[in-house]
Amino acid sequence: MDTVLLSRLQFAFTIGYHILWPAFTIGIAWFIVVLNALWLRTGKPTYRDLATFWTKVFALAFAMGVVTGVVISYEIGLNWSRYARATANVIGPLLTLEVLTAFFLEAGFIGIMLFGEHRVGRKLHFLASVIVATGTLISAFWIVSANSWMQTPVAFTVRDGQFVATDFWGVVFNPSMPYRLVHMILASFITGNFVVVGVSAFWLLRARSEDQNAAQTAFSMCLWFAAILVPLQIIAGDQHGLNTREYQPMKLAAIEARWETAKSVPITFIAWPDENAERNDYSIEIPLLGSIILTHSLDGEVKGLKEVPASERPPVLPVFLAFRIMVGCGLVLLGIAFIALYLRWRRQLFDSRWYLYACVACTPLGFVATLAGWTVTEVGRQPYVIYGQLRTAAAVSPVAGGAVFGSLAVALVLYNLLLLSFFFYGGRLVWRGLRTDTPISPVGRPIGAISASVQARGAVQ
Amino acid sequence: MIQFFSLDLSVFFAVAVAFVIALYVILDGFDLGIGILFPLAPRPADRDLMIETLAPIWDGNETWLVLGGMVLLTAFPAAFAILIPAYYVPLAFMLFGLVLRGISFAFRAQGGALQLAWTSAFAGGSILAAFCQGAILGSFIGTPIKVADGHFAGGPFDWITPFSVATGLGLIAGHALLGACWLVWKVDGTLQAFGRKSALATLVITGGAIALVSVWTPLSVPQIAERWFTVPHFVALAPLPLIAAAAWIGVLRALSGPHDWLPFLCAIVLFLASLGGLGASIWPQIVPGVMDIWAAASEHQTQMTSLFALAGFVPVILAYVGFSYWTFRGKVGVS
Repeated sequence: MDTVLLSRLQFAFTIGYHILWPAFTIGIAWFIVVLNALWLRTGKPTYRDLATFWTKVFALAFAMGVVTGVVISYEIGLNWSRYARATANVIGPLLTLEVLTAFFLEAGFIGIMLFGEHRVGRKLHFLASVIVATGTLISAFWIVSANSWMQTPVAFTVRDGQFVATDFWGVVFNPSMPYRLVHMILASFITGNFVVVGVSAFWLLRARSEDQNAAQTAFSMCLWFAAILVPLQIIAGDQHGLNTREYQPMKLAAIEARWETAKSVPITFIAWPDENAERNDYSIEIPLLGSIILTHSLDGEVKGLKEVPASERPPVLPVFLAFRIMVGCGLVLLGIAFIALYLRWRRQLFDSRWYLYACVACTPLGFVATLAGWTVTEVGRQPYVIYGQLRTAAAVSPVAGGAVFGSLAVALVLYNLLLLSFFFYGGRLVWRGLRTDTPISPVGRPIGAISASVQARGAVQ
Repeated sequence: MIQFFSLDLSVFFAVAVAFVIALYVILDGFDLGIGILFPLAPRPADRDLMIETLAPIWDGNETWLVLGGMVLLTAFPAAFAILIPAYYVPLAFMLFGLVLRGISFAFRAQGGALQLAWTSAFAGGSILAAFCQGAILGSFIGTPIKVADGHFAGGPFDWITPFSVATGLGLIAGHALLGACWLVWKVDGTLQAFGRKSALATLVITGGAIALVSVWTPLSVPQIAERWFTVPHFVALAPLPLIAAAAWIGVLRALSGPHDWLPFLCAIVLFLASLGGLGASIWPQIVPGVMDIWAAASEHQTQMTSLFALAGFVPVILAYVGFSYWTFRGKVGVS
């Protein structure tokens, strides 16, 4: 069996699965921080109830992220040992710093955030939630930095086939890093944001009286966030695109399925790129718009795939389609965010049922867009693992294909079972809503604390 | 400062990797040990208490495993690129075991009809991970890795030998010993009595496993025999087995003594002495028989960057991890 293909499939599956959880928890962690801050300031029980609810969901998703993340860090050695050997002098310190500055921070304070409120007091508990949320961002910083260096490698020399950093900060802040970091963090905020919007819309549709206050608060709050975040993301994506044009022209050519280098290019809305014939079938194009979007000028030049031999090109079809899925999701979410502004102005935000249904339907779109975006950037980097420097086929471990196949098969079964379980437990939490005061874990607090918190709730109500 | 910079960084990182691995083995050791003892708990409600002793800290314990891997990658990439693929199968299963047991913390706490499934997953994942770790350890010291051109050149099942299976089983007992002593410290009543009983049984098995390794490795690996039984080394290394023996007796006596924390402390010393013995056996090899730490080392500036990172952050990490343990101090199940 082909170890390279199997290793790529395994990495694509395990990291695609893994990114779902950070994409969600980075946003939710900060949402919880906001809720806790509002609760500390105003003392309104709605904020407290929402913070408690989303902390329960966060705990489940965070655990999924942690356990699948440990696998990723070892897969670098398991499946990609030649890559590990070649790049350790560049990537190694970044990954070590990620563990030191982010993983430990999250792990050290998640316990206090989830189980420690009655032991450390409200203020220190709030601080713990801020620290955990900060840890998620620091983690994103390092891992996006490492990934971006693989896309736009700079500040290195090659000695005996090994990449050696010549300037640590040059590696960290490589040319595509700031764009990718902003794009990814905004994606995480938007993903988490629209999960809250979708769940709140579900509660509003169900119209159970005890949920309504909290549902309206969260729904309104997150649609305000959406009205800011989604336009920002579109600007960030545009800037990221300009950066890609400069540093990874073949990735951009694959995104646009552009075969010939040309000026004043049209934009291709949709098409079926045929890699063997080197042309697009069934394409729908708008003149000039391509140059305007991609180069910000009417006669800007866009490089075509035929600039390089076929062996140097990324797979066109997946990159082309994934990009359109990503942008499509973004435009739908932009529509949702803008319609909210209109409905708010008409004072119909909470009782336009068609809109609430649309919001529920949009719950997964952030995840879809995130996965599609990573597909664009990772498949678009092929056939290289380090763009222009190290081919993916030369990065793989010298292990038997059967071993990779076996572990891939186990991962497929195990991870999908866990996903089903997450949907089951997460769905049950959403279904129960805010009514039941089940603690995060039935054993997480001593009996005394549970009864005290139940009494406290009784007093508030 | 001049003295500082002339420090042999490869020695520093060998000690650092050993330190992180030792921390991981002890911290995740008692953590996995609770999972190993899980099916034997006297009453179902006791399992909730056992979980409660771990829930706030298990994630941090496991993070040392990730740090160990990343420090190995950064400081000794040539060794990382051989060792990890060489143990592909046991490492993959260890990771899957850790996934299962880790997620069980979250899902088991949700209650409901599936709780029994997550109880089993927690125990099964812990046992699987412990066995794989022990088997990797046994294979690491007992079976030379096939290497060609600086890369792993063996098969996926080279690591399986009777010895590595024995060390796999031995480490299940060893982790269970740590877990049992942790229980003696962290709970009261019948569950504590269960902890004492389990600690006694696992102490005997762990002692046997350590004895087996101590006898078998010098017999089968001549370099290890030479390391331990020639004169200057013999004197320098003699304290390690003596400390291990004293710690073993210490656990035994402390289990019937008045201090609930003492068995755990003695078990930690037993582990440290045993790990120290293993380290002494292979030093300064990092892929035994193939590569020493200097041959495996990364570039000087890479090691310098990591040195600053470790020296700057690890003390801070130890401080707040300590704070977290302190926050959740005392017996659980007592309000």
